[in-house]
Amino acid sequence: MNELDLKGFRVPAPPGVTESVALDVGLVDGYHTYESPVGQVMVVFNERGVGAVELASDEMLDQLVIRRGRLMVEADPPRAWGSGIERALVEGRPGRLPIDWSGISEFRQKALTVTATIPFGQVRSYGWVAGRVGETGAARAVGSAMAGNPIPLIIPCHRVVRSDGHIGNYSLGGPEQKWTLLRSEGANPERLEDLATKGIRYLGSDTTGIFCLPTCRYERKATVQHAVEFRSPAEAAAAGYRPCKVCQPV
Amino acid sequence: MAGFSPGMEGLTDRLANDLEAAFPELVAACQDELHAGLRRLASSPTDAADLVQETFYRAYRALAGYPTEQIVSLRLRPWMWTIALNLGRNHLRSRSRRPTLPLDHDQPSWDPEPADSQAWDRRLRFLSPPGRKAVVLRHAAGLDFADIAELLGRPEATVRSDVSRALQKLRTIIEEEK
Repeated sequence: MNELDLKGFRVPAPPGVTESVALDVGLVDGYHTYESPVGQVMVVFNERGVGAVELASDEMLDQLVIRRGRLMVEADPPRAWGSGIERALVEGRPGRLPIDWSGISEFRQKALTVTATIPFGQVRSYGWVAGRVGETGAARAVGSAMAGNPIPLIIPCHRVVRSDGHIGNYSLGGPEQKWTLLRSEGANPERLEDLATKGIRYLGSDTTGIFCLPTCRYERKATVQHAVEFRSPAEAAAAGYRPCKVCQPV
Repeated sequence: MAGFSPGMEGLTDRLANDLEAAFPELVAACQDELHAGLRRLASSPTDAADLVQETFYRAYRALAGYPTEQIVSLRLRPWMWTIALNLGRNHLRSRSRRPTLPLDHDQPSWDPEPADSQAWDRRLRFLSPPGRKAVVLRHAAGLDFADIAELLGRPEATVRSDVSRALQKLRTIIEEEK
């Protein structure tokens, strides 16, 4: 090869290969910032799926790195499902979005999966979720599962309220944010608090003879003059009402 | 050996010991030669970058599934190139299920390719496929003849003459450009 000038023949790798590969093989997680009703949030993902949602800030980023034990780089989500993130944040449900469940106990996965089915603008109690998981009485454990929900907003733990009907706590920025979110979905948290304070847990309609959980879409159809208030399923049953098949209050 | 890559002494042991910790070392050690070779074989900067990344992805997946003894006994450079050449042959599969670093924002733009780079794409088109592969693996990737012979499944003597004939031809092509 004497005299042959091979200038330009060898093009070294562009910068950033190490980071790209680390992200690609899952040695680091990626995150991207999105708008939400509670302000900017960071959505963390890897090739397994979405792994975390947190309010966007530098401190939170550091905390996430410690909590997940993985470094993080700002990245574009996978093309195959990345566009679903925005929609999931708006609708408050994961839809077909893959979730990275690693490190989450089976019970918590079940509780969060049940939570993901609660419709937009409606609320259910910790006890209700526990019942659907098949662990009636595990309301407290469900509460912890909600507090430890790694993917708030997308898995709508803001729709899970205390078993006495009060709105209760919220991990993504405190209870005020839970109110903000419920309000943004048209759920009227003031009314829910009011009912809870009066001990009213169920609402029936005297035209249908059916009783529902507050916020059930059938409950909301009932006009004020036909609404009947109950404190317990027993009270509703004694009055001749049957439980709604949609919100399944018992 | 005429390798361009920084040393990889003991890297197989480190990969076998702690894959997550040692893998970035493998990336650092091999990325330039992989890119240099794949850039010339793929004739496209974007495809080359994707192929480099895909090669490392496949390598990681494979290493994660290998028993320790197998990792320790690997000859890393030719092994990486076996993966790279296979991918090059099948070209790009979809990488759509995995996250990607954004290329259009927050990424410092790197120097454009050397001025002569595209001229080499054109020149290499005049070579026979075996000659092209051999000369790229030798002079862009910096592999030795024995490894190239094994990778291409051809006798070493044939590879040597392929490379020298390819260089001769390139020299003629460059002469004609003047």
